Amino acid sequence: MSAEGVGAPLPRKEDDRLMRGRGQYVGDIRLAGMQDVAFVRSPLAHARIRAIHVPEAFRDRVFTAADLDGVQSIRAVSGLPGFKVSEQPVLATGKVRQVGELVAICVAPTRAEAEDIAASIVLDLEELPAVHDMLAAREPGSALVHEHWGNNVFLETLVDIDIESAFDAPIKVSRTISTGRQCMAPIEGRGTVVQLDHRLDQLVVHTASQMPHIVRNGLSECLGIEQGRIRIVSPDVGGGFGYKAILLPEDVALCWLALRLGHPVRWLEDRREHLTANANCREHHYRITAYAERDGRLRGIDCEAVVDSGAYSAYPFSACLEAAQVASILPGPYDFPAYRCRTWSVATNKCPILPYRGVARTGVCFALELVLDAVAREAGIPPEAVREKNLVRPDQMPFENITKKHFDSGDYPQALARALTAIDVKAVRMRQRSPEPDGRRIGLGLAIYCEQAAHGTSVYSGWGIPMVPGHEQASARLTPDGGLELRIGAHSHGQGLETTLAQVAHEILGVPVARTRLVHGDTAMTPYSTGSWGSRVMVMAGGAVAAACETLRDRALRIGAHLLQARPEECQFIGGHVVGPSGDVPLETIARTWYRRPQDLTSDTDPGGLEVTAGYKPQRDSGTFSYAAHAALVAVDPDLGAVEILDYVIVEDGGTLVNPLVVDGQIYGGLAQGIGTALYEEMRFDARGQPLASTLADYLLPGAAEVPMARIEHMETPSPYTRFGQKGIGEGGAIAPPAALANAINDALAPLGVEMRHSPVTPRRIVEAVLAARVGPERAREAA
Amino acid sequence: MKPAPFAWERPASLPALLDRLAGAAGSVKLIAGGQSLGPMLNLRLVEPDLVLDITGIEELRQARIEGETLVLGACVTHADIEDGRVPDLTGGALQRVAAAIAYRPVRNRGTVGGSLVHADPAADWVSALIALGADVEVASLSGRRTLPVERFVTGALEVALEPGEILVAVRVPARPAGAAWGYVKHCAKIGEFAHAIGAVRLEPDAGRGRIVIGAVEGPPLLLADARPLFGGRIGPDFAERFDGRAADAALAAAGMTDAVERHVHVTVLARAVAQAAKPTPLSLREAA
Repeated sequence: MSAEGVGAPLPRKEDDRLMRGRGQYVGDIRLAGMQDVAFVRSPLAHARIRAIHVPEAFRDRVFTAADLDGVQSIRAVSGLPGFKVSEQPVLATGKVRQVGELVAICVAPTRAEAEDIAASIVLDLEELPAVHDMLAAREPGSALVHEHWGNNVFLETLVDIDIESAFDAPIKVSRTISTGRQCMAPIEGRGTVVQLDHRLDQLVVHTASQMPHIVRNGLSECLGIEQGRIRIVSPDVGGGFGYKAILLPEDVALCWLALRLGHPVRWLEDRREHLTANANCREHHYRITAYAERDGRLRGIDCEAVVDSGAYSAYPFSACLEAAQVASILPGPYDFPAYRCRTWSVATNKCPILPYRGVARTGVCFALELVLDAVAREAGIPPEAVREKNLVRPDQMPFENITKKHFDSGDYPQALARALTAIDVKAVRMRQRSPEPDGRRIGLGLAIYCEQAAHGTSVYSGWGIPMVPGHEQASARLTPDGGLELRIGAHSHGQGLETTLAQVAHEILGVPVARTRLVHGDTAMTPYSTGSWGSRVMVMAGGAVAAACETLRDRALRIGAHLLQARPEECQFIGGHVVGPSGDVPLETIARTWYRRPQDLTSDTDPGGLEVTAGYKPQRDSGTFSYAAHAALVAVDPDLGAVEILDYVIVEDGGTLVNPLVVDGQIYGGLAQGIGTALYEEMRFDARGQPLASTLADYLLPGAAEVPMARIEHMETPSPYTRFGQKGIGEGGAIAPPAALANAINDALAPLGVEMRHSPVTPRRIVEAVLAARVGPERAREAA
Repeated sequence: MKPAPFAWERPASLPALLDRLAGAAGSVKLIAGGQSLGPMLNLRLVEPDLVLDITGIEELRQARIEGETLVLGACVTHADIEDGRVPDLTGGALQRVAAAIAYRPVRNRGTVGGSLVHADPAADWVSALIALGADVEVASLSGRRTLPVERFVTGALEVALEPGEILVAVRVPARPAGAAWGYVKHCAKIGEFAHAIGAVRLEPDAGRGRIVIGAVEGPPLLLADARPLFGGRIGPDFAERFDGRAADAALAAAGMTDAVERHVHVTVLARAVAQAAKPTPLSLREAA
């Protein structure tokens, strides 16, 4: 490992501007003649639109669905059999199906004036019964979100692998477990600025996106204009987490508006729009049964899972991503012989559910890890014993699990063992024997997950969604002075790619990280990519950058050999120099020769020169499997329900770490979000489908005081399939904390007869359960 | 989230403000720190025609001691109190309450007068100042009047201000000798509005005590004579005598039907009583 190559813990280059407030976001863009947009949004969850009254004075500044000639609805279709298609209109037509749905566009010189216009528009709506509860939505007689479907189910799936063989197991534990609906809450919301470039005959769309090329696909389809007339520019992105992987109706509306008006237009999402109209995620409901031997060995898992998919299928991941993923990943890192899982993706009158960091894994991990603790209690053995009995073993690698997931490498039991040692499980159990002086109760919770990442064509083609990743491409170009430019089609929304991809290039070319620049976030300047999602970029773009740099290196070596008057076979490329028998020549000289002194080249020099676009796929595209064991120590105040995290340990294996500092940062950030899921964040709806939080005073996010300084230990089991052995790790930190923390709380409260099974585990829910348990255990179960 | 159009003025003196207030047509809002009004304007929950900024009035930003009374101008900020930039007669009680309000940026701008006038039931000053026996001083063109905070705060987001009146100062009595003070609030996270507040000022020597249960639906519940919560007598052993069931009954009688909520409020109150019984001053963190 060189000081700047793969494995070097370099501080992030981009932080110099980001931490000084010099980042450039969509909200920083100022264009001459730009006007602001405010939307009229539906105040009701479900209603028929009778009329939209626009004051005469604003007729030329307000646009409704009737104006949108030729604009198509957003359609995110899945090819899975039985999937029902939703048409997500850009502006509502006929009905509104969620609070916040776009009804009209208002445009004015400033946002405040646009909001004044919006406030003057009167909607004549006939309210319909709202479908607000995904379980009730499946009952006959429920109101229908999309009438012509006949029911409210986007998709139902079933996997059954010999479940009946588990039915005679001596231990059978059943639980109902659920996760609350959340909002993703990146610091920067969505935002789009669209201008017409008449010279290039292009719509230039500046938008905060994780996947510019996919946005271009979607916009082209909705607007009916060719892709060459659309350029997507995504500047600095202040967090995405999945929300910025979605094509929003707002994006389509802004493009149409710019075409109609001819001047630049801007929409910047505000926090109320973010919380009430968009960015929903996470709401799962599980009825799960574990069958086990008395020693904790699992015989089978049987599950019915329901996901509240909201009103529409979001582009490009579709409304069934979560539930279908549930069925395939519920077994987690465990090896057991029988499995059944039935899932329903249910339409309701809520914002579409979107894939949030961890996607379905956070819910799945919550359900499975909670039920494993219940098995441990039933069997009278410690929770770690159940996991030790069932974790995939290193001698099984590579391992194909019960749902045909191909685990590439790893030592899961070691991760668990190290986490137990780090949290000092013996000392915790000793401490639990005597009461705490302050009356609180101490609990230890475990959760283990695996994160399939960078999964590609073979996985996604089966889903038939609008986006299937193929080869990832990257371009590498030496500049005439020996610097390096890299181009990728994926985009950073905080991952530190400007640093880590420069490290990958450095590993091969030896160009200093400071002299390597990453060009990304612009469809005009980068190769096509499905973008940044699925923890895929370090594997895919990392592999592509390496491939491009290797070709560049080989070409440079030939030029260098000629300059050294040696045969290429006699020369080596070492640390940015071509070294031959008689001396060496640096990359700068080679670059200068190619660009500025071509007279010094031989006639057989590769005419491709010092600019290369290369494509990459791992040897297997079924994904890398990073994993981690989380161990949480909490103190719970049973009378107030307050939870303090006393200690938190993460032992994770991301394969070869390209930059351990960046990996730590990803884990800390994910942990903070996982703590939000576990304890704070919840978007509740009333029976009319009204979201009950519209500001961050109502929607609680963990702050600095709520996030502990976790202790991270790394294992580095390389993936046998990727360029450097790296694995995708971007989402993992957010997967396990809800399960680890709920298990810790349950460990603390078990002596009181309390078991919490819904996230977030709020103070109110804890106190309810504690008080109910004092009356009787049956009541406690209901309350939980 | 931009406010509806409004006019904005910043009078330089109290008489000028009162004149403007008396003469204004349409709806008027006063702004000091703007920590509640700002978001309400942006969310268009209020759409005043005129906003009068009162922070340019020197008198409202001053604090002084008048005999046995601490007088805090309406525009004294939470941070002024937290940082000790104003005098104190409460033995540090005000400082500890101030230091745990929301977050520091809120405390830098938010004012004690603004908090009282906004009268959010979950806000700290509404409960703490009632427990401390404070008064508010209200001014209008026709003169001044003083009334206890518990009579000023009449409901959730409702106060006894007549048209043309403004709150100019809070008058906090000195802590009586031997008085014990306890203040505990329960939040899901630091900085959040409280879900329960317990504020107690007990005088075991005199056998008296005031107790406030705050962050309830309406105005804080004041027990001006707290003896029933201590088996009829407040003495040096008040911590042992505290009767949670009596507090629970008082809350039930006040209309709190939710048993879980009552349990949380009684627990918080019990902890405020226990805190008052501690001989040593508390750290800020503990007080929070």
